[in-house]
Amino acid sequence: MSLLARLNTPERRELLWLAIFSVIILVVLPSILEPFRLNLFGKYLTYGFVTLGLVICWGDAGILSLGQGVFFGLGGYCMAMFLKLEASSVANTKIQSTPGIPDFMDWNQITHLPFFWQPFHSLAFSLAAVVVVPTVLALVIGVAMFKRRVGGTYFAIITQAIAAILTILIIGQQGYTGGVNGITDLRTLWGWDIRTDHAKTILYFVSAIALILCILAARVVRMSKLGRLLRALRDREDRVRFSGYEVANFKIFAFCFAAAVAGIGGAMFTLQVGFMSPSLIGIVPSIEMVIFCAVGGRTSLLGAVYGALLVNWAKTTFSEDLPQLWLLAMGGLFIAVVLAFPNGLAGIFRLAIDRLPKGPGGRRQPGITPVVAEQAGAPQ
Amino acid sequence: MTDQPDGSRRMLTQRRNVLKGLAAAPAGMLVPAIARAAAPATSAVNTTGLAVTDDTVTVGILHSITGTMAISETGSVEAEKLAISQINAQGGVLGRKIKFIQEDGASDWPTFAEKAKKLLVGDKCAAVFGCWTSASRKAVLPVFEQYNGMLYYPTFYEGLEESKNVIYTGQEATQQILAGLDWVSKEKGAKTYYLLGSDYIWPRTSNKIARKHIENHLKDSRVVGEEYYPLGHTQFNTVINKIRLKKPDVIYAIVVGGSNVAFYKQLKAAGIDLHKQTLMTISVTEDEILGIGGENIAGAYACMKYFQSLKNPNNEKFVPAFKAMWGAQSVIGDVTQAAYLGPWLWKLTAEKAGSFDIDKIAAASPGIEFKGAPEGYVRIHQNHHLWSKTRVGRARTDGQYDVVYETPGLMEPNPFPKGYQ
Repeated sequence: MSLLARLNTPERRELLWLAIFSVIILVVLPSILEPFRLNLFGKYLTYGFVTLGLVICWGDAGILSLGQGVFFGLGGYCMAMFLKLEASSVANTKIQSTPGIPDFMDWNQITHLPFFWQPFHSLAFSLAAVVVVPTVLALVIGVAMFKRRVGGTYFAIITQAIAAILTILIIGQQGYTGGVNGITDLRTLWGWDIRTDHAKTILYFVSAIALILCILAARVVRMSKLGRLLRALRDREDRVRFSGYEVANFKIFAFCFAAAVAGIGGAMFTLQVGFMSPSLIGIVPSIEMVIFCAVGGRTSLLGAVYGALLVNWAKTTFSEDLPQLWLLAMGGLFIAVVLAFPNGLAGIFRLAIDRLPKGPGGRRQPGITPVVAEQAGAPQ
Repeated sequence: MTDQPDGSRRMLTQRRNVLKGLAAAPAGMLVPAIARAAAPATSAVNTTGLAVTDDTVTVGILHSITGTMAISETGSVEAEKLAISQINAQGGVLGRKIKFIQEDGASDWPTFAEKAKKLLVGDKCAAVFGCWTSASRKAVLPVFEQYNGMLYYPTFYEGLEESKNVIYTGQEATQQILAGLDWVSKEKGAKTYYLLGSDYIWPRTSNKIARKHIENHLKDSRVVGEEYYPLGHTQFNTVINKIRLKKPDVIYAIVVGGSNVAFYKQLKAAGIDLHKQTLMTISVTEDEILGIGGENIAGAYACMKYFQSLKNPNNEKFVPAFKAMWGAQSVIGDVTQAAYLGPWLWKLTAEKAGSFDIDKIAAASPGIEFKGAPEGYVRIHQNHHLWSKTRVGRARTDGQYDVVYETPGLMEPNPFPKGYQ
C-alpha cells in the first residue's frame, strides 16, 4: 500500500498541475483578459505546441533541433493555403487578370492554380496535411540522419540549414508561395469569419483544448516504456543500443512527434494571426522556440508551455513599455534564467516545492504553483 | 501618364504665390484659420470613440526600431516626429495637440499586426503613421480594414493595392519607373537594358513594368537580361561578367539592403565606371549610400520623387529643421520625406473633413493638397496614392544626388496599370 502511494504521488501531482494549468488557460485568462489580450495569449499558446514537442525531442531524447520553425511553418502554410483559396473566390478576386486564384499568383503571371494547391480546396485534406506534411518531412530527415548515426551538434546544424533552405525556397518561388510577404489576408474558414473578436475567442479555446490534449498525449508517451527508452538513450545511447534496441527508430519517433505537434501549433497560429510568412519559420524564430523551451524547462511539459507563454508575454509587455530597450531586457532575462537555472522555470519551481515544509499527508497547496512560476518569469 | 492634373495652370500660380508667402513668413502661413479659432467640440469631431479629448488627439507611430529593418525605418520615425512637433507648434489639428504612441514592429510581420491592433483597438488612435516593407503592410492591412483605422504608408512600393484605410504617401511602381526610362531612352539614346534585382515582390513587379515599358513604349529598345538574387546576396561577379558580355546601354538595378553594398563595390572592382556605363536604380536613396559609400556609386542615376539636394523653399526649410532635430549628420532619403508628408496630409484632411472620424477622413482625402511638401506640391488621388513628380538624380561622391531631370507635371498614381500586368 505504501509502495503504491509512493508510486502514485508524483503522477497524481503531475495531473494536479495539469488541472491547474487547464483552469488557468480555460477559465482564469479568458475571464480576466479583454479579447485583444486573449487573442495574443492564443498566439502564445501556439508556440506552446512547439515547446511541448521540444520537451520530447530535446529534453527527453536529447535531440536538439534548431529547425522546429520548419514544421511550425509547414503546418501553418497548409492551413494558410486552404484559407487563401477560400478567400480567393472568383467573386473576391474579379479585379485580377485571372480571377479565382490567390492574388500573389496573379501578380506573378501565373494563370492557373498549380497542381499542389489543388487538394487544399478540401478542408479535410488540409487539416490532415497540417499534421502529415511536417511529420513526413521529419521522417525523411530522421531516417536520413539517425540511421546514419548523425546526432548532437551536427544534427542541430543540419536542422538549422533546413530552416534556411525552406525560407529561401519560399521566398524564391513567390508565384507559388506568396514569397517574402507570405500568404496574407485570410478571411474565412468554411464561411466562418475568423477575423472577428468572437471568432478569435473561440479559436483561443480551440487552441487551448488542443494544447491540453497534446500535453496529455505527450504525457502518455513519457510515462510509457517508450518514454523511458528515450530518456535512457539520451543519457547512455550506447547502452541502449547494446541492449538490442534500434536507437534510430526511437529518435525518429521523437523527432516526428515534435514535428507533428509543431505543425498543429502552426495551423492554430495561422488561424489566429491571419497570415503565414517565411519570417516565422526561418533560423531566428526556430532558435527562439528553443529558447522558450529552455527558459520554461526542457524536461517539463508544463514548464516548457509556461515558458512559451511567459517569454512571449514578456516580449509583448517589454516592447510596449520600453520599445528601445526590450531586446536588451529580453536578452538579460534569458541569460539570467539559463545561467542560474539550467532546468528553467520548472527547475526553479521544483526547487521551491522541495524546500517547502511538508504538510500533513505530504500534500502541498496547489494554489501556489502558477504564482511561483509566474513571478519567476515576470520582469522585475 | 504625365498628364497635368486638371486646372494645373491655376494651381501652379497659386503654388508659386504660396511658396513666396512661405519664404516670407514661415510656419504661420500654413495654419488655417480654423486652428486659431476656438477648437470645435469633441463630440463634433469624434463620433466614433477615437482617442480625442478637448485638447489632444492621439496617433500611432508603428515602425521597426529593432531588428534588421530598424536602420531603414529610423528615418521615417524621425520625419514623422518632426512633422508632429511642427504641427503642434502651430496649434495642432482642429485645435488639439497631437500625442503619439510609438510601437515597435521589430522587423517582424506578426508583431506589426499585433501592434497595429493594439494601436487601433487598445489606444483608439485616430491615425497611424507606419510600416515600411510591403510584407509589414500586407500584415497590418487586414487589421486596418477590420477595425477601420487610417494608415499613412511612406515607402515607394510595387502597387497592386488600394485601400480605403491606407494613404500611400510614397510612389507606386509606375510613378518611379516610366518617366525615368523615358528620360534615359531620350537623353542617353539607350536601346538595350539589363534588369536585375533582389528576389521579392517589389523588384520583380517593378522590373515587369519596366520590361513592358521598354518593349512596348520605347522605340527599338529591348531587354537583354533579367536576373534576381536572394535578399542578402553578396556575390554579384557572375552577373557582372554577363553584363560585360552583353554590354547593355543601361543596367537597371533594383537591389536592396545589404546586397547593395556588395553589388556596387564589386561593380567598381570589376572596372565598370558608372560615369561611362549608365546605371539606373530605383532602390538607392541617400540613406543607402551611407552604407554603400559615395565613391562606389558616384555616377549612377536614381529615380525618386525627392532628393535631399532639391532646391525649393519648402525643402530649404525642411532639411535644416530635420538636422536641427536629429543631428547634422543625418541624411534624408526619399522615404523619409514621404513619411514627413503623412502627419501633414492627415492634418489637412481632418481640417477639411472637420472631423477625426476615419470614414470622413477617408472620404475627404482625395483632392487634399499639401503645398508645403519638401518635394513640392502634392495632392491625394482618388485611389489614395499621391500625385507626385518623378525626378532623376545622379549620385555624387559625397553621397548626395544632383537632380538632372524632373517631370514637368505631376505623375498620376496608377497602382493597377493596364498593359503593364
